[in-house]
Amino acid sequence: MIPPAFDYARPDSVDEAVRTLAGAGEEAKVLAGGQSLLPLLRLRLAFPELVVDVGRIPELRGVREDGDTLVIGAMTTHHDVIHDPLVRRHAALLASATATVADPAVRHRGTLGGSLAHADPAADLPGVVLALDGELVAQGPGGRRTIPAREFFVDYLQTALAPDELLVEVRLPKADGWGFHYEKFHRVAQAYAIVGVAALVRRDDGHIAEARVGLTNMGSTPLRAAAAEAALIGAGDAESVARATEAAAEGTHPSQDMSASVEYREHLARVLTRRAVLAAAGMG
Amino acid sequence: MTDQATEREVGRARPRKEDARLITGQTNWTDNISVNGLLHMAILRSPMAHARITRVDVSPALERPGVIAAFSGADLAEGLGSLPCAWPVTEDIVLPDHPPMAVDEVRHAGDPVALVVARDRYAAADALEAIEVDYEPLPPVLDLEAALSEDSPLVHSDKGTNRCYVWPLKTGESFDSVRERAEVTLTRRYHHQRLIPNAMEPRAVVVTPLAASGEYTLYTATQIPHIVRVMMAVVTGIPEHKIRVVAPDVGGGFGSKLQVYGEEALALAVARKIGRPVKWTESRSEGYLATHHGRGMIQDIEIAANRDGKLLGLKVDLLADMGAYLMLVTPGIPILGAFMYPAIYKMDSYDFTCTGVFTTRTPTDAYRGAGRPEATYAIERIMDDLAVELGLDPVELRRRNWIGHEEFPYTSIAGLTYDSGNYEAATEKALGLFDYDKLRAEQADRNRRGDAVRLGIGVSTYTEMCGLAPSRVLRDLRYSAGGWEAASIRMLPTGKVEVVTGTSPHGQGHVTCWSQIAADVLGVPFEDVEVVHGDTKASPQGMDTYGSRSLVVGGTAVHSAAQKVVAKARKVAAHLLEASEQDLDFSGGVFSVKGSPDARKTIQEVAFETFTSHDLPDGFEPTINAEHLIDPDNFSYPHGTHLCAVEVDTETGQTHIRSYVCVDDVGKVVNPMIVEGQVHGGLAQGIAQALYEEAVYDDEGNLVSGTMADYFVPSAVDLPEFTTERTETPATSNPLGVKGVGEAGTIASTPAVVNAIVDALRPLGVQDIRMPCTPERVWRAVREAQA
Repeated sequence: MIPPAFDYARPDSVDEAVRTLAGAGEEAKVLAGGQSLLPLLRLRLAFPELVVDVGRIPELRGVREDGDTLVIGAMTTHHDVIHDPLVRRHAALLASATATVADPAVRHRGTLGGSLAHADPAADLPGVVLALDGELVAQGPGGRRTIPAREFFVDYLQTALAPDELLVEVRLPKADGWGFHYEKFHRVAQAYAIVGVAALVRRDDGHIAEARVGLTNMGSTPLRAAAAEAALIGAGDAESVARATEAAAEGTHPSQDMSASVEYREHLARVLTRRAVLAAAGMG
Repeated sequence: MTDQATEREVGRARPRKEDARLITGQTNWTDNISVNGLLHMAILRSPMAHARITRVDVSPALERPGVIAAFSGADLAEGLGSLPCAWPVTEDIVLPDHPPMAVDEVRHAGDPVALVVARDRYAAADALEAIEVDYEPLPPVLDLEAALSEDSPLVHSDKGTNRCYVWPLKTGESFDSVRERAEVTLTRRYHHQRLIPNAMEPRAVVVTPLAASGEYTLYTATQIPHIVRVMMAVVTGIPEHKIRVVAPDVGGGFGSKLQVYGEEALALAVARKIGRPVKWTESRSEGYLATHHGRGMIQDIEIAANRDGKLLGLKVDLLADMGAYLMLVTPGIPILGAFMYPAIYKMDSYDFTCTGVFTTRTPTDAYRGAGRPEATYAIERIMDDLAVELGLDPVELRRRNWIGHEEFPYTSIAGLTYDSGNYEAATEKALGLFDYDKLRAEQADRNRRGDAVRLGIGVSTYTEMCGLAPSRVLRDLRYSAGGWEAASIRMLPTGKVEVVTGTSPHGQGHVTCWSQIAADVLGVPFEDVEVVHGDTKASPQGMDTYGSRSLVVGGTAVHSAAQKVVAKARKVAAHLLEASEQDLDFSGGVFSVKGSPDARKTIQEVAFETFTSHDLPDGFEPTINAEHLIDPDNFSYPHGTHLCAVEVDTETGQTHIRSYVCVDDVGKVVNPMIVEGQVHGGLAQGIAQALYEEAVYDDEGNLVSGTMADYFVPSAVDLPEFTTERTETPATSNPLGVKGVGEAGTIASTPAVVNAIVDALRPLGVQDIRMPCTPERVWRAVREAQA
């Protein structure tokens, strides 16, 4: 890799990282697992003056419980998320979706926080955290604040983080008892999803009581399929799920690229949402 | 010492000698090579498909830290000739000038415009950004048919046309006449997308000049060090005997390193100018623009037959995308395919025309199979369509037309003499392994139920011409070089054996296979054989590695050289054992006197005695080393039957290969494990063309699929389990009975997969899907057929 020149800082604590970022202004980039930033540097599409490597700050790693909430350190690698017993018990959707990310090499280096802060709408995990009603904790010079996932993703590769803020934790309400499924549609295993659908379903007496559907790559940010979610309430069989998920592409604004047209993405969103919800509801 | 060698080596699945270092990367990749004072070269490339260069100013780059020199195309033009095309396929072919670095016009995105030499790679890359270039945009030329119209903009305005050549081949009865008497004719148009070869190791070059003697060593990641040496002498004017070319360990090529590249000439020119060693290594995305592409064709094909399925004739009209320039064998690639459209079938008429077309894209050239995958795709696709038209099973249609095993040798309508083959045996074996009848029943059941997931079965019975090549045939095809190969064997006094080969492996395992061949003939342990290759100083003669030729031609040369060694050693052994040559047995590396088994000398002992030369026969030239050059009499013709079952999700367009069976006949097998690996890799690349890969350009001629994130190379998890089996019909044209295996999988698999997808969707009205059969293309085909 032959990137443009940059200064490099490797703080040992979150406080030091935040101070470093605050001192650098707009020209700093945070390096987490490097799976998105390094390709940008290598292709000379990013020219940061300072790269702040937060990959070796111990307090940013690991998973813990906080009452009804699961707290995942931002620098927890995909591999660790997949294999963490707490994640598997309380946010199994995240574990199963993370297992579809790229390949083993990427999963050993890439981190949950890095993926979320990069905010690529084609990445798998933003839509999943959105479906899980997650919250993201940022730390800046003024202390910590909590940002709901719905407000965190602002636009393509843009988040609500200020330049001097660092994403430190991801908080997920425990989804015990919810059915889940991540349906990923891609050209090859290592490619981004053309469309991905993260579905969480709570059933009551054989009917869907509540459904949450996160969409990957259906707009400039990850999206919730709100119309479909509303229509799914009360659905008790495959036919009613199929009818409800016809609304899955409503309110989306997918882009066109080499792998898919807008029309095809919208079609896939409907089909994949149906499949994901059926699988999550155990109706498949 | 010789006991273990009595077990025959040829036919054993020997683990490869070269793997440990290749797999760990702890080896001589060109980019691993460093010398004192090494400088680094970086190349500025055109961001536009077509433009006039009105100004290049490299001086700001010279101000940058660490920069030693910077040159524009004009700065280097003196003393640097045009890059060569060795295969001007017709007398009146349009041969444009191809400077290693553009001087006044760029003709594809990625055409080199200027270069920087700096103390390290970072400084070189940074300094490129300081070079100022003004371009005056010219219209791109991208559509093969539009490029041939009168009013098309021109890629080479001085040539007055974008038509590079028209190459015809008409044999047998005229096609018009068979069309008239045919009961059925079908015409189809098939597209071959451009592919990017994606060798695992990017290209790299190191040049070390030796000022005192005016000699240059060029290390380059190439398949063809010997040809590069000749061509570099021609391009740079450095005398050939002052150039040593080394292809160290080379990490794959697939044809993309069967090339003489501008960067090789530029590195030599720069090293000559500044008197310092230089290195250039391409990045992956740079390689996507600068390393040649493969395929890129439009095929119009017409087949004529009777209702009973008997083929009468074939007409093929090709448009072949040359790209912006003619590189080493660019125009010849479709011509290699010209002879393969009739494939394994008997017919009365063949009418082929290929038109080469210039476009403002990266030049095309050899890519695994080179012309033959395209031919096989067209004939095998239209055979499946013809079977449907006639209401015949596709296997049955083939059976009614193929050359029977008792008919060999058989001269095909295209003029090739197939020496051997047994299409019946390979097909029977494949059908059994595939469980053809059961899958057909399941397919019918899904169709009856109107299942959203359909099943299709694709058939591909192929042959190919390998073992390039008889030199006289190459002459008739207007190729500028011969097709011979060289080997020499040095029997060292310590008992070790050096096999020097003119082939240039880049992943194939020649070190292992040549060791097996030599060990058998010489009766020495496999471990005692070392293979030397890829260095014009150590291996001065060779025609290198491409076209599944290395074993067939180069391996045969090793075999013959080893036999010469044994013949010489026999004379020495007879003298030492005081017996006549006729009274000596030679087995397992031991000469023994018939009737007195205790009177014996090993060939390695003979080698030592020859080294001391203390007691040789009178007048005996004191060496048992031998050299052999071979020019093959014929090509070799591997063949096989591939069957593919694909499930197609009609709701999403997603395809899933459920089973893949291939039975290949590559003749005698030297190392079954290597053959298996070649077949697997070939299948992966052939399937990749069918389903995944495409070099996509936008309307301005920019490469959109410019990184591996946008160019979909499948990995193991994307591919199915392969069932690979063989039949073994030895080639009769070489003493080893071998045919070559490097390209078989790629050639056969692409039509098998696409035939299966079309077969799955035919009941829904789908006739064709353009490659790669992406989910959206499949989905649209279904939707449009049903509309």
